[in-house]
Amino acid sequence: MLLNPAIMALVLVSLVVCSMLLLASGFAIQVLRHWNIGSGSEQQLVLERRTYLISTLLIWAFGFELMSLLLFIYNAESMSGQFVGAMCATGVLNVNGWGWPTLMLKIAVFFCGAVWLALNYLDNQGYDYPLVKYKYRLLLAILPLVVAEFILQLLHFTNMDPDVITSCCGTLFSSQAEGVAAEVSGLPPRNMMLLFVITGVIVILSGLRVALRGRGSWWFALFGTAAFAVALTSIVSFISLYIYEHPHHHCPFCILKSGHDYIGYILYVPLFISAALAMSVGVLSSWRGIPSLTLTVDSIIPRLSWIAVMCYLLFYLAAVWSVWASNLTMVEVWL
Amino acid sequence: MMWLFLRKQKYLIDFTLSSLLRRKGKSLGLLAVYILIVFMLASVTLFTHALRKEAGLMLQASPEIIVQRMQAGRHALIPADYLQRIGRLRGVTQKEGRLWGYYYDPAVKANYTIMTAGQVAAPLTEIIIGTGIARARGLAVGDYLTLRSQNGEAFSFEIAALLDEKSELVSADLLLMSPQAFRRLFNVPEGVYTDLVLSVRNPREVRKVAEKLTLQLPDTRPILREEVLRTYDSVFSWRQGILFVLLTGSILAFVIFAWDKASGLSAEERREIGILKAVGWETADVMRMKFWEGMIISLSAFMIGYLAAYAHVFYASASLFEPVLKGWAVLYPQFRLTPFVDGLQLATLLFFTVLPYIVATIIPIWRTSITDPDAVMR
Repeated sequence: MLLNPAIMALVLVSLVVCSMLLLASGFAIQVLRHWNIGSGSEQQLVLERRTYLISTLLIWAFGFELMSLLLFIYNAESMSGQFVGAMCATGVLNVNGWGWPTLMLKIAVFFCGAVWLALNYLDNQGYDYPLVKYKYRLLLAILPLVVAEFILQLLHFTNMDPDVITSCCGTLFSSQAEGVAAEVSGLPPRNMMLLFVITGVIVILSGLRVALRGRGSWWFALFGTAAFAVALTSIVSFISLYIYEHPHHHCPFCILKSGHDYIGYILYVPLFISAALAMSVGVLSSWRGIPSLTLTVDSIIPRLSWIAVMCYLLFYLAAVWSVWASNLTMVEVWL
Repeated sequence: MMWLFLRKQKYLIDFTLSSLLRRKGKSLGLLAVYILIVFMLASVTLFTHALRKEAGLMLQASPEIIVQRMQAGRHALIPADYLQRIGRLRGVTQKEGRLWGYYYDPAVKANYTIMTAGQVAAPLTEIIIGTGIARARGLAVGDYLTLRSQNGEAFSFEIAALLDEKSELVSADLLLMSPQAFRRLFNVPEGVYTDLVLSVRNPREVRKVAEKLTLQLPDTRPILREEVLRTYDSVFSWRQGILFVLLTGSILAFVIFAWDKASGLSAEERREIGILKAVGWETADVMRMKFWEGMIISLSAFMIGYLAAYAHVFYASASLFEPVLKGWAVLYPQFRLTPFVDGLQLATLLFFTVLPYIVATIIPIWRTSITDPDAVMR
């Protein structure tokens, strides 16, 4: 299956990102061992210069990672024609056991990358690189995720066997072969709806609190992450049903298609941005105590929180609107 | 704040553009190679994708299930009573026998596809032909075409009509005649067909129907439309993949070229960076400038290359590698592909061209931007 151009591109991107992170990690170990901002030694000078290279490498690496997340889903979507019973991306991810873990890891790497970039930005604002060691320790923690993602993705692609007519042409293997389940089943919609509303209100209130008063950043990060998870399960559990106007279609990917007015982008893009920002706000707020960063932290956290709150609002409005405007009525059945 | 940031980027782009224009020769050389790479890959992608779309659209109208009888592993004629033996299968809305075959015409050294149709007025003397045959033999409506039958007799047919040019991709080599004429020409006895076709309304029932068929008629094989579509899909992306692998060599060469260009700075460029740093630019500023330089080159190369490939594929019929991707034949249909641009293809292309360029230039750019001003200006 490796001869599909999109798959080759995905493997190439993963390989490039992996090697970039490996390179950066080698440097991270050097920094953790020898970094001493007070020293004027040759080695310290080299390390300081190399931080520019490493930041650039990692900005690109995480940028590529984000694009590969999108490409991965598009590709799954477009390959659905090649497997028996796969009608959309869900079916292709179900082709073997590696599809969903790869997607999860890609999402995890996206958030880690976002937090790392925020930390890197903050670090560059302080004249004495106060966070240099923390940020490279975090990098060493991200590395295994990226390597695992590369391996899982490779396993996912190499273990795919498209159901095509064999050289004898048309001997019907498909009647024996089990089709790929193209469905994901959701959690009970009633509880999910309730949870969705509660987390939505809490996360927006806590975001406003951070934005206005500058307090409770960690709570915002925590609620933001929880709201993200609840929102994703809610999309599977009930929002998608309303968008498709079909009581049994739970697919979280088909909403990205033109047939549903690309509403998926209006849901996912703000949701991912706001969750990434909420997490970053939490992490950044811990460094207010460092003298060279206090000013930056105080000015940056309200700004990020405002953007996050706006994005959450956009997401919740879009979600509520898609339920409201739908012709499907399920509330009587569920409640 | 945001405004300030944007203004800064605008000035950087401005500066980068003028500095690129100052070194026209070098920039244009790189741009030309870059455009060529994008052009080649984009042509392959656009062409195979359009072909795949075309095949899919064509097959949409074909029957859901084709039943062929197999004898000793070979396709054999199927008796008409199989239609009765199938009986009433739930979900099958229509079933009928088809007669079709190929006819080799030594005069033009080409194979015609012969199918039967009921709409010929005079069953034994009239045929309808595709525009490809008409072109090859120089025929028009009202002319006669003589075909030699299985046992050596010559049959003359009057051309009653030409098939629509719009369907040329599928009908260039097509010849339609009545079933009676077909049976006489090829000596096919009454009561047998070439194969049977079944229409199934609900796509989810197709596989169940096929399964029942294999049980009822063990000497037949059902071919499903979805299987054919799936196979086309894989085959086209596989062909595209092969071409991409072959082009990897040129991508690698391009990477080395870009690396070399980015690291081999002329004395003048070095001095430029030295002066910039001396007047207060930081390492990060120089890197940002170089970033914009890469972006400007990449985006212009990508857009020009992609547009050129678009023109090449959809206006010039991909003349450069048409034979490889399409195959060839004497009665080749003349057709123009329907332009089709797809997000996934575009993203894949970006990853194959822009990503290698960026990766190749990161380290050279960093080397350039950490240069000490006094070291270069001395």
